[in-house]
Amino acid sequence: MDVSPVVMTDPIDALRDRRADFPILGETVHGRPLVFLDSAASAQKPVQVIDAMGDTMRTQYANIHRGLHWMSERTTDAYEAVRDQVARLIGAPAREEVIFTRNSTEAINLVAHSFGSLMRPGQAVVISEMEHHANLVPWQMLRDRAGIELRVAPITDSGDIELEALERLVADGKVALVAVTHMSNVLGTVTPARRIADIAHAAGARVLFDGSQFVVHRRVDVQAIDADFYTFTGHKLYGPTGIGVLWGRRELLEAMPPFLGGGDMISSVTFERSTWAHVPHKFEAGTPAIIETIGLGAAISYIEAIGYDAIAAHETALVEYALPRLAEVPGLRVVGAPAERGGVISFTMDDVHPHDIATLLDRNGIAVRAGHHCAEPLMRRLGLSATARASFALYTTREEVDALAATLTQIRGFFV
Amino acid sequence: MDQDGLYQRQVIERARTPVHAGPLDGATGRGEGTNPMCGDRVRVGVWLDADGRIETVRHQTRGCAICLASADMMAGLAAGQDRSGAVTMGRDFAALLQTGQDGDAPPELMVFAPLHRHRSRIRCATLAWSALEAALAEVPVGTPVGETRDGMRRE
Repeated sequence: MDVSPVVMTDPIDALRDRRADFPILGETVHGRPLVFLDSAASAQKPVQVIDAMGDTMRTQYANIHRGLHWMSERTTDAYEAVRDQVARLIGAPAREEVIFTRNSTEAINLVAHSFGSLMRPGQAVVISEMEHHANLVPWQMLRDRAGIELRVAPITDSGDIELEALERLVADGKVALVAVTHMSNVLGTVTPARRIADIAHAAGARVLFDGSQFVVHRRVDVQAIDADFYTFTGHKLYGPTGIGVLWGRRELLEAMPPFLGGGDMISSVTFERSTWAHVPHKFEAGTPAIIETIGLGAAISYIEAIGYDAIAAHETALVEYALPRLAEVPGLRVVGAPAERGGVISFTMDDVHPHDIATLLDRNGIAVRAGHHCAEPLMRRLGLSATARASFALYTTREEVDALAATLTQIRGFFV
Repeated sequence: MDQDGLYQRQVIERARTPVHAGPLDGATGRGEGTNPMCGDRVRVGVWLDADGRIETVRHQTRGCAICLASADMMAGLAAGQDRSGAVTMGRDFAALLQTGQDGDAPPELMVFAPLHRHRSRIRCATLAWSALEAALAEVPVGTPVGETRDGMRRE
């Protein structure tokens, strides 16, 4: 029996001091302190990220990769160092497998265009019923462009992917790629990535995970989950907008044709023909988002200094606290009950539309999302037109959850 | 709770118990307004009388309280108008939502004036008027009285 005298710190309170890193959390909205529960849409930025970007522009900025002067070399070093950081963050075996994109949407479009161009008519892509439009529309476009079949793996009523159904969908060996979320932006479902990868690989398919939500809350290890492609976006990870990541296995990236053509992605160019640079540069045409990439690097440093263990413990404790608090609100229904849930809670309320909920919460300084959350097919599957969604970040407190629950109770009383 | 007066009692009551919601079967013209940002949808049916004036408007609305109340008030206000009068009324209402001033819009629509400080919600209120315009546009000028969009005679 463990008789350690150490008093365990409450995992929610453990990160309380970090709030001071986020200047915006000191703002008021409609005269009330800001309660920001919309971090799944885009997270707020710590001063470390803000300063890193400002300092770059103030002291160390030039175009990268082709300059022969000191400033360009230093900026190139700073930019390329972030590639190392990303590789370490997600457990990538090689830094060259990390490609910078504008966001996760662009990363998925890159795969749909480039990997998609290697698919043959009659082959199929499998997605799930709970995909963000970012991991749905590019595959529809590929289907219509290239005669690829698009198959949809169903989810259970609780919001988990039906793995037996997924096995059946890939069983005929025609599936070239399974592309699914690693964590649902609507239901908070954390998907069993390794099992999904095993199912895909057993049928000869590759697997892509949209990790935009997951990477914010849990450590990613692309080798442990046996992924072939992994995507995420910087702005949900406390970094700036305009910078995202595609990770892919080197042999796949090398076999894939370029996505966009232009400067930086070539080896040589004549009017007759061009040859391509090696990965990752083959996929990074034009001047990239240099400042934003350096900002992402600062965000990764920030996350790693806190540690995913503390972040995940904070979030798990917060979700465990929030679910029963929200259940006390009259007429409130939490959508989905996945086996494993990240810090995202969607809900509806009898007699009050999600938009009216969001507007009245906003009048009380509480920011949530309402609508279909860029997942219209999922809404139809759930028989809903919209939900309200509260999402948590490392700066979210128990008191903010209390404020949400109390204000929701008032809103309900206002309408009924 | 609602410092702006966005959700006045009249809006909440009208949303809860709309008086002009109902089936659109047999309408002279039908139209739909949707908001792709949120999934709200208003379907509108119009029935014209012998003079080509709007006799009845009914709606089927899936949306928030603002959207529902606005649709129901639109249906009540449009009845008795001719086409151009109804379209003008919708445009006057849009101006009201932009400025917060009633201008030429019917005074009862001033309950929605606080929306001018909630730009992201203005579309909730205008959706039904867009659907009405679409329904009217579907009725060819000079449509024989009592003929439905399906070319069927009304009973």
